[in-house]
Amino acid sequence: MIRAILSRIRQGHRTMPYPNEPLAMPERLRGYPRLTLASGNEMSGDCPYGAYDPAAGGSLDLGRCLFCADCPVAAVSFTTDFQLAVSRRDELIVRPDAGRYHAERLSAQLLKLFGRSLKFREVSAGGCNACEADTNVLSTIGWDLGRFGIQFVASPRHADGLWVTGPVTHNMRQALLDTYAAIPAPKIVVACGACAIGGGPFRGEPEQSDGIDGLLPVDLYIPGCPPHPATILEGLLRLIGRIS
Amino acid sequence: MIAAAHSMYNGSSAPVSAIPELPLDRFLETIMDATGHGWRVIAYFGLPRGVATPLYCLLAEDAEGRLAAMRTVCEGDCLPSLTPACPQLHLFEREIAEQCGLAIEGHPWFKPVRFHRSWVPGRDAWQRPADDPLTVGVMEFFQVAGDEVHEVAVGPVHAGIIEPGHFRFQCHGEEVFHLEISLGFQHRGIERRLIGGPDLKTLRQMEVVAGDTTIGHALAHCMLMETLGQVKVPPRAQVLRGIALELERLANHTGDIGAIAGDTGYLPTASFCGRIRGDILNMTAVLCGSRFGRGVVTPGGTVFDLDAARCDDLLKRLQAVRRDLTDAVELMRSTPSVMARLEGTGTVSREVALELGLVGPAARASGLKRDVRVDHPFGIYRMTHLPLATGFHGDVCARAAVRWQEAEKSLDFVEEQLQQIPTGGHRTDSCPLAANQLAVALTEGWRGEVCHVVLTDDQGRFVRYKIVDPSFHNWQGLAMALRGQQISDFPLCNKSFNLSYCGSDL
Repeated sequence: MIRAILSRIRQGHRTMPYPNEPLAMPERLRGYPRLTLASGNEMSGDCPYGAYDPAAGGSLDLGRCLFCADCPVAAVSFTTDFQLAVSRRDELIVRPDAGRYHAERLSAQLLKLFGRSLKFREVSAGGCNACEADTNVLSTIGWDLGRFGIQFVASPRHADGLWVTGPVTHNMRQALLDTYAAIPAPKIVVACGACAIGGGPFRGEPEQSDGIDGLLPVDLYIPGCPPHPATILEGLLRLIGRIS
Repeated sequence: MIAAAHSMYNGSSAPVSAIPELPLDRFLETIMDATGHGWRVIAYFGLPRGVATPLYCLLAEDAEGRLAAMRTVCEGDCLPSLTPACPQLHLFEREIAEQCGLAIEGHPWFKPVRFHRSWVPGRDAWQRPADDPLTVGVMEFFQVAGDEVHEVAVGPVHAGIIEPGHFRFQCHGEEVFHLEISLGFQHRGIERRLIGGPDLKTLRQMEVVAGDTTIGHALAHCMLMETLGQVKVPPRAQVLRGIALELERLANHTGDIGAIAGDTGYLPTASFCGRIRGDILNMTAVLCGSRFGRGVVTPGGTVFDLDAARCDDLLKRLQAVRRDLTDAVELMRSTPSVMARLEGTGTVSREVALELGLVGPAARASGLKRDVRVDHPFGIYRMTHLPLATGFHGDVCARAAVRWQEAEKSLDFVEEQLQQIPTGGHRTDSCPLAANQLAVALTEGWRGEVCHVVLTDDQGRFVRYKIVDPSFHNWQGLAMALRGQQISDFPLCNKSFNLSYCGSDL
């Protein structure tokens, strides 16, 4: 016991001060994109996932973007801004001259219910274990999701919302819908990662459903492949009105 | 005799015409003969073609670092099973049945693997009608009958944030007689969509075969592209790849040691390791911006370079990780109640591990000396030799100990390599792929051997791309570890293996 206490003293209190203080991000993080106006003349490759549309000055769909290290599109570069989560699918479309969207707080009625205690049941429906792992990491002491009243629970019956990762493989479709049905209403749905939003690297492939859009009503979209834990946390904190 | 097969080595290719095509009976005899003489099967697959099915088998011999390839053609719709005499083939044969529509005659466990339709229209190994919905997990489970015997079914949706799978326990009170694991929920059709490749999506899809083994799989894929394109990878890139692969191992071993501590109810080590794992992932993000190594490797080298300032930063972080991790693990190891919980739990004997063809830390914990980095070295491991960490008892304790020893070796390796990164470029341009070749690449991912095999056509396109994740070899090891254990030992056994669902389901 004394050894455990000494180790605790040595390793110290390690929960990060975010959101009260800013978070340092790795310099090479590929976060919110910066788009330059497409002139139509530059040498540029196409996005193989159809995330970039050169029409009308160019736009990037963060729901399809995999934030590739060697993005072939000349008009796209990435900043280290990790705030990517939004509330509506069309807000994921980034245009060089358009405004910036963030996730909105829940309605007053839902906020009253979930604002100080929000429980999720997570379902991986074809996820590669990266979105899952960086969701899970939020419950470690470094992030300590519990201090915001948010928790991942074992049973959908105990949950207020469904947390989905993966492109929804055909073999997981029914289990996903059953889990959603088992959560008591009112309930919310989070699409975490490019796969859950639109199929990610598997978009258009026959064994999956291109994510949950059209399958379930989504309240929070968290882009990324996988999203950084900070991106996930930021979206959640906006959802429950802890930051704005 | 294995002399009948074509001799190869890791990361090499050969013209398909040089791979001997044996008559089916001779092909099967060679597999039996070779596996009886210390060889093991690293890949066994078919080309779903209709009436006649070409089959390929690749074997490895670890003491001398040899690989061998051979092929045959199976006429008709039936293939004799070797599983009763050579259990390491059990899942390979079921996979061939499911993909090619071949019935495997005499297979003791003849069930679907991933619950998809055969790739050959109208041909089904189980004679299921075309309108059968093929519901995943619906099959005949092995059952134990008798007084007071009961069955526990778990999944596909589990209690934690993990991937889906179905587990069926046959129990007598608390004691588990048998555990059957039925997967396929994560099946994304990766191998099938690779036919006709590669294309611009291929590399990203390789990175997510198993997202926690991004480097392990992407590296095996790049090794295939490099041998087929005759591209020479610069030494600097080889070192950067090695650093990324060892950081991946270090992060996952750290996370699992913490999870094992957590499942014994020992929270200090669980809490420390959960946080330290994140610190290691952040080191990978210093290298490439992604905590999971997305965008590190590319055919011909690496996307990113490491400058001196980043190397210094990583060395400082590594020092802190070593200090904290050593402290966290020593704390657990000096707590008798934790060690007593791990010792003798979930034992897999050396004989069982050998028969099932286990790989990675799970095999090494049972005393098998096999590690691709040592036996079939690739990249930087050809120049720098890592000590092999093995255990003896094959229990959760041995698997945890092997994980920790490997983590220590990875710490040493990364520290050493960061201080001696060769000068020069980190990327060469890729070239068109050679036509009509068979290429094989093995890497040692953190779970064990990752095997990629490709066959190209006369345009250099993929005719067949076979992926074998280490989990494919090891799931049955987990099932065997549960025999005679208490059902409450399952989480602990499961964490000590921590296998990939999506890597198996593909």
